[in-house]
Amino acid sequence: MAEIMYWEAIQRAHDEEMARDPLVICMGEDIGVAGGTYKATKGLYEKYGEKRVMDTPISEGGFTGLGIGASFLGIRPIIEIMSVNFAWLAMDQMFNTAAKVRYMSGGQLTAPCVFRSAGGAAHQLGAQHSARMEKVFMGIAGLRVVTPSNPKQAYGLLKSAIRSDDPVFINEHELMYNMKGEVPDEEYLHPLEGSEVARAGTDVTLFGYNISVHWCLKAADILQQQHGISAEVVDLYALSPLDRDGIRKSVSKTHRAVIAEEDEAPVGVGSEVIAIINEECFFELDAAPVRVHSALVPQPYNHTLEKAAIPDHNDVVKAVLKLFGRA
Amino acid sequence: MTPDDKKRVLKEMVMHRRFEERCYQAYMERKIGGFLHLYPGQEACCNGVMEAARPGHDYVITGYRDHVHAIKCGTDPKVVMAELYGKETGCSKGRGGSMHIFDTSHHFMGGYALVGGPFPLAAGMAKAIQMKGGDEIAICFLGDAANNQGVFHETLNMAKLWNLPVLFVCENNLYGIGTALDRSTAVLDQYKRVCAYNIEAAQCDGQDIDVVYQHAKVAVDHVRSGKGPYFLELMTYRYRGHSMSDSRGYRSREEEELWKQRDPINILRDRLISAGQLTEDEFRAIEKATDDYIENEVIAFAESSPEPAVADLEKYVLA
Ligand SMILES: Cc1ncc(C[n+]2csc(CCOP(=O)(O)OP(=O)(O)O)c2C)c(N)n1
Ligand SMILES: [Mg+2]
Repeated sequence: MAEIMYWEAIQRAHDEEMARDPLVICMGEDIGVAGGTYKATKGLYEKYGEKRVMDTPISEGGFTGLGIGASFLGIRPIIEIMSVNFAWLAMDQMFNTAAKVRYMSGGQLTAPCVFRSAGGAAHQLGAQHSARMEKVFMGIAGLRVVTPSNPKQAYGLLKSAIRSDDPVFINEHELMYNMKGEVPDEEYLHPLEGSEVARAGTDVTLFGYNISVHWCLKAADILQQQHGISAEVVDLYALSPLDRDGIRKSVSKTHRAVIAEEDEAPVGVGSEVIAIINEECFFELDAAPVRVHSALVPQPYNHTLEKAAIPDHNDVVKAVLKLFGRA
Repeated sequence: MTPDDKKRVLKEMVMHRRFEERCYQAYMERKIGGFLHLYPGQEACCNGVMEAARPGHDYVITGYRDHVHAIKCGTDPKVVMAELYGKETGCSKGRGGSMHIFDTSHHFMGGYALVGGPFPLAAGMAKAIQMKGGDEIAICFLGDAANNQGVFHETLNMAKLWNLPVLFVCENNLYGIGTALDRSTAVLDQYKRVCAYNIEAAQCDGQDIDVVYQHAKVAVDHVRSGKGPYFLELMTYRYRGHSMSDSRGYRSREEEELWKQRDPINILRDRLISAGQLTEDEFRAIEKATDDYIENEVIAFAESSPEPAVADLEKYVLA
């Protein structure tokens, strides 16, 4: 097992899948000659050429639709949207076409596309470059949504997404591309559904996904060391469909739940997980579940306001202590 | 432009250049965060067009490379710098940052981060001007690569259909981030793409402010006199990378040097000197005074201004 960076894991998945299947192509802004804003397609242009590694114009609506159209005839496009903030321009084709075409054609057509995008707030990028949009994607029937929290997932989820006959949206994070982690040397396909227990515990479940998994892991350390609370961390790498079984199992064991997300609270992963808890295991609860989330504001530029708007591991610790009546 | 006008504009352009270079330094010192897109090399575009228009009266909108456009409309450089520092005294109260300079009091209607977004907004402002019967025009400054957004074509169609008083200025600096125009765009002359909509269009050198001014005068007069939209393409070059994390691997140092030989400030300076309207010493004094002003007033103001209060995090979200 080698330690590699998140972006390297994504690059490796592209490379292996493009070598395996000549119908796999990738497209997006600055992904070819420049190697990608986050280096996720580095070296592929040189290796596979401009017909399979396409630098697109700044035409998100256009090239996303073009990729979907190509997928109708068997091409497997990996479409990089430089930042989720720009995905709004591509959503018409993603949602109205890719997500629905299988159903509305009675199963005749499918759009086996992968849409990859950098989500999340980085540092002071301002209101139009800091959106968290997983909540928008995960409510669309016909679209799978996954979000890797580490290099292994980034690698394995992308490989599975490319091979999936469904359209898959992969929500990455601007701050995670340089994160290091172990990735198997041999080929590895990560399931597109389910969840992972990232740390086992008994007293409370901390649900996270993508970057918030790391807040939860850090919070779990602090809770164990300073407060004697054993927290289980569940990584919801699949946001659509969400893992109802995994959520039920963990809550039935710990009887308490905190959901941490970088998104704003309304209509988000937190509200959805709480709804699932209500439906699956309400009577297992010892306390009302709590959400940790961003403030409902467009992201401020000023760094102090920005920090105030976005939660971190300390907010997770505080939420747990409150749940235990210790705050 | 009279000789006095030209001397004033030269001073302004020196200020715009030095302001941007000082931003670069402040970014390196981590006083400015986020994305920072600088304007050096392109000064004659904004200045030439706005000299032909009415700064502070006409409505201006642009993308993320927006500091100089705001200053040219009349925004105090101090409040622009304070915005870049994220301060409460910034023109957008520290909430916007470099890509979102706003100053409605000078009819600078904002910098926007989504490529192509301002096209229809400019047309919409033109619609409002038309309805209200004012003599302002709307001016939209964007880059070459923005023209590949569908909304460019949608907006041109509507602007012509409804004869809206809007001037589209395309600052063609040959690149969209690291992708050269000929790798992203089928038709290289941007002004030619507009003819499908029967919109008057022209292309000219964007480095020589006299040339820009002459073409902009025609364009502005056309729009202001009720003849409908106009598209002006200015051939220019940005000296620095697209934003701060750009090592410029997609273009050669030779190409950069060639463009620097046609520097907009040097062109105007040399012309004024040959005409006997300026001396080398005077020019050096202008540079010195500009640097002093930026350091002692602009930076000092930004440094000493207060941060926004965390209690005000939700201010401005809803009316
Ligand atoms: C909708 C959208 N897609 C992509 C981007 C990323 N992006 C920012 S600037 C830029 C290039 C724009 O080039 P151009 O229009 O020529 O303007 P320039 O920066 O050269 O002035 C790109 C692709 C964005 N901000 N918005
Ligand atoms: Mg450009």
